[in-house]
Amino acid sequence: MRIEYTDSLIIGGGLAGLRTAIACKKAKLNVLVLSLVPAKRSHSAAAQGGMQASLASSFKGQGDNEDVHFADTVRGSDWGCDQKVARMFCHVAPKAVRELSVWGVPWNRVNKGKRDVIVNAQTETITEANESHGLITARDFGGTKKWRTCYTSDGTGHSMLNAMDNKAIELEIPVLERQQALKLIHDGKRCTGAIVRDLITGEVFAIVANATTIATGGFGRIYEISTNAVICDGVGAAMALETGETPLANMEAIQFHPTAIVPAGILTTEGCRGDGGVLRDADGHRFMPDYEPEKAELASRDVVSRRMTEHIRKGKGVKSEYGDHLWLDITLLGREHINKNLREVKDICEHFLGIDPAVDYIPVRPTQHYSMGGIRTDFRGESVGLKGLFAVGEAACWDLHGFNRLGGNSVAETVVAGMIVGQYVVEHCQQSNVDINASLVKHFYATQCTEIDQLLERKTGTDALSIKTRMQHIMSEKVGIFRTNGPLTEAIEELKALYEESKEIAISNKVRHANPELEEALRVPKMLKLAICAAQGALNRTESRGAHCREDFPERNDKEWLKRSLYYWKKDSVDVSYEPLNIDEMEMPPGSRGYGKSQIVEHPQTQTRLETVDLVNASAEDLSRSERQHKLMPFEIPEIYQEKNQRIGVED
Amino acid sequence: MRKLVFHIFRYDPQLEGDKPRMQRFELNETEGMSIFIALNKIRAEQAPDLKFDFVCRAGICGSCAMVINGMPTLACRTLTSTFDTPEITLHPLPGFELIGDLSVNTGKFMRALSERVGSWIHDENANNISIDKLEERMEPALAEQIYELDRCIECGCCVSACATKAMKEDFIGAVGMIKLGKFELDPRDKRTSKDFYQVLGNEDGVFGCMTLLGCQDSCPKDLNHQTQIAYLRRKMLMALN
Ligand SMILES: Cc1cc2nc3c(=O)[nH]c(=O)nc-3n(C[C@H](O)[C@H](O)[C@H](O)COP(=O)(O)OP(=O)(O)OC[C@H]3O[C@@H](n4cnc5c(N)ncnc54)[C@H](O)[C@@H]3O)c2cc1C
Ligand code: FES
Repeated sequence: MRIEYTDSLIIGGGLAGLRTAIACKKAKLNVLVLSLVPAKRSHSAAAQGGMQASLASSFKGQGDNEDVHFADTVRGSDWGCDQKVARMFCHVAPKAVRELSVWGVPWNRVNKGKRDVIVNAQTETITEANESHGLITARDFGGTKKWRTCYTSDGTGHSMLNAMDNKAIELEIPVLERQQALKLIHDGKRCTGAIVRDLITGEVFAIVANATTIATGGFGRIYEISTNAVICDGVGAAMALETGETPLANMEAIQFHPTAIVPAGILTTEGCRGDGGVLRDADGHRFMPDYEPEKAELASRDVVSRRMTEHIRKGKGVKSEYGDHLWLDITLLGREHINKNLREVKDICEHFLGIDPAVDYIPVRPTQHYSMGGIRTDFRGESVGLKGLFAVGEAACWDLHGFNRLGGNSVAETVVAGMIVGQYVVEHCQQSNVDINASLVKHFYATQCTEIDQLLERKTGTDALSIKTRMQHIMSEKVGIFRTNGPLTEAIEELKALYEESKEIAISNKVRHANPELEEALRVPKMLKLAICAAQGALNRTESRGAHCREDFPERNDKEWLKRSLYYWKKDSVDVSYEPLNIDEMEMPPGSRGYGKSQIVEHPQTQTRLETVDLVNASAEDLSRSERQHKLMPFEIPEIYQEKNQRIGVED
Repeated sequence: MRKLVFHIFRYDPQLEGDKPRMQRFELNETEGMSIFIALNKIRAEQAPDLKFDFVCRAGICGSCAMVINGMPTLACRTLTSTFDTPEITLHPLPGFELIGDLSVNTGKFMRALSERVGSWIHDENANNISIDKLEERMEPALAEQIYELDRCIECGCCVSACATKAMKEDFIGAVGMIKLGKFELDPRDKRTSKDFYQVLGNEDGVFGCMTLLGCQDSCPKDLNHQTQIAYLRRKMLMALN
């Protein structure tokens, strides 16, 4: 058995993993990054529209700051997020954009003078200030009060990941490509590394580490159609779950993006609507203002996706052999704008649909897009239950997003959390040592090898791919945008049956090295565990909050459900428990998001907290913005990121 | 719909006794079928051991380049309907280490290249730039120009289509030049023309290029390699003076 040693093991080479690795390397720790694919091909590269940070340099960003970003994020989360984490995040996001600018991201810049923009399908002329010329600009995104989404055309994730990986290369951070972590090494209290399989040679080996960070991204592929890359399989999150010692959280909180193309499920960015694109139905009618007169297409994602589905159900969808869809119309933006700011979208339309988006409408439908849930961590990014295990990025439930994440807040989270959690990983490594327990390492190594041996030896059994396909179908049909008791109950039974079947997977290709069939066989039971968590969480939660929408329980029920779902894997099945969110600590007590008719069952403490907040605010009138904030809800942040963020023409 | 006939290169270098060969598969074409869909179908129904690489399946990440009917290109966004004949031949990208069948190790190649050409912003002062203060300004048009060169997805098509590279192992290729061209243009990178000359001003760099422009023809992102190479040549000649 080969054993590698490192201070800081990072599983995942996307934005979150690389930024965490950079923090460690800068602190002179030994770092190892693992990735299924070359780092630059990680799914972060697919982010198109942009990254939120309240720089407030452009005309439509004026007046923006951490407070406004914070309020948008909390409202967007339907009060499900951890408000302290949201505060940390909003404070560091501008620094993250600026750091990436130093590292080479060619952020689009403010161009002084007049320009035409499209707002609510009307052309408006705005004048960018001379003082802002050349600073980083921003576009509009859904659910935000200001134009706050920084971008490079519609290849933002690509540019960010390029700069980030280049920085990692400069710092000589080793990225072991085509490696899959499969198991965590732990003694029930402390995580000390992982068991890894080399996807080329098939070698199984151990990496022993003082800190282990999971940054493996989302798990969209438990659904039939997803905007996620084919490698977004959730093995990283499942690995943590399988320890039985550390929980996943909010797995039922799954985001559906309004505009993925039909049938391929490839995303067209929210930037399309941010820049002025509209949604139309079979009659060519722009229907969103009928439902959401104020925000229309730029309501929060969960809202738009539901409205679209509702509209299709009313028979207003466009019929196609792949089911009904709606139209995304960006023709009003003009060819020049599309060629410059929406070129990936244009490429995708040309290659996958054979259409020209400057003249044709784009067929779109809400599609699985993002996992708000993941490995539960504290604000430092450390897992609950296992010391030395951290999680960051989409794989984590740091809990910035609660039950719905805002577009542009995710790539922002990856980098910001990488910066912040990275510091705490460093702190951990400096303060604790790892005892190398050889028999423990051997135990996990042997368990993994046995699993592989059994798969290779079993002569007859079920086919992993067919199990996966059935699982994906169940998730899409029964754990989708609208949920009800009956189908959810069926889904759980069916998923559990599939899980039993998955214990008898057999494969025909018996080689130990590069073997796609073996990879699938190792992956599918893990994916099923996540699917079971999501379905069980969705059934239990008898309310509607953010992206989790129960048709049989349409109100948001703060009284019963202002809490986070936690999932432990015990005795080979899921065990769900709940962690209340503390209203008395909230800077922003629960309120209405301002969409549709408000249906909220109020929490008994909400009123008291609202009064306290008003009192504190009244007594703090003379204080600065940040002093006032700290009176309401103090939060911690690593020392190196405490400075205020400078904005053009603003003192505080 | 047609019956498609795929001829796919098969070889597992790690399997003792295995030899490179072409294998034939038949498949019913479906509406909107891409090579991504076709290969997954073949793997699911006919050849569970077939190796290939897809990640984003949206033409964005550069994982899936292969030679399709003689042309290196991205398989995920190539629709089978674009071919008049129902015969489709697939080879792995030449010029890279073969992992098996259609899967090649472009990642290893690209990391080595990045290390070799110093593919990052070189600025000794970078650590002193405050990220709390207003960022350094940049002309909007310049930012867009830099982005244009930043669009490379390291798919490797240009490398496999390059006649010079086929003859000269160490030639940095269009991908290397587009990388350096970007940093040369970027005022945040403090390298001088002379610094760039060290890496580029030789037969393994711009002066080795035979200008056959296989790179330009095969680039799935339509990067303007021709202009870029000509520009760098001029720059490098000027650096001599
Ligand atoms: C099409 C699309 C567009 C998007 N656009 C935007 C946008 O405009 N703005 C925004 O804010 N957000 C956007 N998002 C969301 C955002 O891109 C992702 O949430 C974010 O990039 C995830 O980054 P990450 O670093 O957490 O994970 P990823 O980038 O997915 O990286 C995961 C890494 O983990 C590795 N890995 C996985 N499993 C294992 C394992 N078992 N062993 C070893 N390595 C492993 C992978 O190889 C990879 O390197 C978009 C998402 C999609 C799908
Ligand atoms: S799979 Fe990403 S470019 Fe083809």
